[in-house]
Amino acid sequence: MTNPLPFDAEAFRARFPILGQTVRDGKPLVYLDSAATTQKPVEVLDNQRDYYTTMNANVHRGIHRLAELATEHYENARVKVARFIGAPDPRSIVFTRGTTEAINLVAQSWGRANLKPGDTVVITAMEHHSNIVPWQLVAAATGAKLAHIPFTPEGELDLAAFDRLMQGPVKLVALTHMSNVLGTINPVESIIAAAHRTGALVLVDGAQSVPFMPIDVVAMDCDFLAFSGHKMMAPTGIGVLYAKPALLEAMPPFLGGGEMISKVTLEASTWAEIPHKFEAGTPNIAGTIGLGSAIDVYEAMDRAAARRHEEALTAYAMERLVEVDGLTIHGRAAHRGGAVSFSITGVHPHDIAHFVDQDGIAVRAGHMCAQPLIRQLGETALTRASLYFYNTRADIDALVASLLRVKRFFDRAP
Amino acid sequence: MHLDEIYQEIILDHYKHPRHFGKIPDGQAMVDEENPTCGDHIKLNAAAADGVLRELVIECAGCAICTASSSMMAEKVIGRPVAEVRDLIARFNAMMRGGPELSDDELGDLAALKGVRKYPLRIKCCTMAWHGLDAALNQVKG
Repeated sequence: MTNPLPFDAEAFRARFPILGQTVRDGKPLVYLDSAATTQKPVEVLDNQRDYYTTMNANVHRGIHRLAELATEHYENARVKVARFIGAPDPRSIVFTRGTTEAINLVAQSWGRANLKPGDTVVITAMEHHSNIVPWQLVAAATGAKLAHIPFTPEGELDLAAFDRLMQGPVKLVALTHMSNVLGTINPVESIIAAAHRTGALVLVDGAQSVPFMPIDVVAMDCDFLAFSGHKMMAPTGIGVLYAKPALLEAMPPFLGGGEMISKVTLEASTWAEIPHKFEAGTPNIAGTIGLGSAIDVYEAMDRAAARRHEEALTAYAMERLVEVDGLTIHGRAAHRGGAVSFSITGVHPHDIAHFVDQDGIAVRAGHMCAQPLIRQLGETALTRASLYFYNTRADIDALVASLLRVKRFFDRAP
Repeated sequence: MHLDEIYQEIILDHYKHPRHFGKIPDGQAMVDEENPTCGDHIKLNAAAADGVLRELVIECAGCAICTASSSMMAEKVIGRPVAEVRDLIARFNAMMRGGPELSDDELGDLAALKGVRKYPLRIKCCTMAWHGLDAALNQVKG
C-alpha cells in the first residue's frame, strides 16, 4: 500500500492574493478567522471579473445573448452544487443569501405550514444564533415548543438526553453539523436515523462542515441542509438550501415577487416550479456563478489530502496552544474540525485579539453568535482561531509566539 | 508591537484594580447592559443627593479597555454635580467619536484612553460605561 500524497498547503495558499499582503506596519498577514469567512482564490476572483465583463444580464428573463449566457452559468452552478453535495436532483437546490436565510426559509415556510401547538422543535445548546432565533420566531407564531439537546463538558452532544427528547411530539430536529465555537463534529447520521424512526424531519446546519468535509446528502439522509458560499471560497451573499424535492413541492413560498410565479392576476397567483418558487426577485447571479467557480476549485483538489492537512494542523494547534500558561481550550470532542476556541486567565478575549492583531494575526473574539453556548461555558466571550486549507504550521507558531507575549505583558502589569 | 499606545500602565492598573466596583445582584441594577457584538456586560447603580452624584457602583465583565474606562470614569464623577457629570459624559463620548479633544488636565487618568480612538472597533469598549452612567442618571432622584 502506498502512502497517500500530502496536501501542498503552500501551493494552495499562493492562490489567495490577500494572504500575501502585510498589515499593521509591515507584518505578514496571518489569517486565522476562516470560520467567519474564508479568503477567495484567484480562480473565483477572475470568475467574478469575467462574469461582469462578458455576461452580466438578468437571468430567466431576456432572450438576448447575454441573458442566455448568464442563465446558463447560473443554472450550471446549481448543477455543480447538487453534484458537490451528492444531491441527485438539481431542483433540490435553492439559492439563498446564506445559511441564515436558508434556515429562515425552512422555519417560515415549512414551519408555519406544519407546526401547531404542542409540537416540538429540537435544537442543540451549541447552535449559532442563526439556528436558534428562526425557531423561536416560528414557535412564537405557531405555538410550537422549542427544546434543546445539551452538551457535555467535552463539547459533545448528550445523546441520552436526545433519546429522551425524541419520546415527545418532535416534528423537526435542527442541528449544526460542526460547531463554530467548539469545533465538535456532531454524529448527524445517527441523529437523523433516530429522528426519522419517530417521523421527525432533520435540518442540518452545514455552514462549518460543508467547506471541509465531503458531504453526501443521500447517505446522510438529511431533509434540509443549509450552508454558505463565503465560508468555502465563494463571494459573500450566496448560500444554499438543499431540501428533498417532495418537501419543497409541498412547502408554500417564502418570499413573493418576480421569478417565483407562474401566473399573476391582481387577485391571486400561482407558483413557479421548484426551486424557482423559492427564488423571488433577481438573485445574486454573480455570487451564484462564483460559488460554482469555488466548487470547481474544490473538485480540482485532493479533498481527502486537504482534510488530512486540516486535521493534522488542528491537532498541532491544540497541542501548541496549551503551551501558553493559563490557556484553556473549550471543546475537546473526539471528532472535531478546525475551529479552536480558548480563554486565557487574566486576559480578556478582546485584549487578546487586539494584541495579536498588532502582530498581523487575525482571530475572532467575542461570543461568536452563540451566546447560550458561551454562557454554559461560564464565559462572556472567547477567542477563536479557525483554520482553512491555506493555513500552515507557521501560522500556528506565529499565534502561539504572540499569545506568549500577550500573557507576559498582562502578567507583569501592576 | 505598539502595546503602549493603548495598553498604558495606568489602564492596566485600573484593569487589575478597578475602583468603585462591586457585585450587583441580578435584577438590582439600575442599568444592566450587554454589548451584543462582543458580550461585554456592565451593571451600574448610582445615587445622588442635592444635585450631586454621591454614589456609583459598577460591575463590569469586559476587556481591559472597558474595565479601565469604567473605573476611571467612576473616580472622576463621584462627588461632582449631576449636571457637570452629564456634560462630561457628552463631551467624552463626542471626543471618542472624533469630536473636540478634552484637555489632559481635565481628563486626568482618562487621557490614557485617547489612544483608543485609533482603533474604531474598540471605541465602544471605551464608551459603554459612559452610556450606562447616562442611563443611570436618568433614573436618579435628588
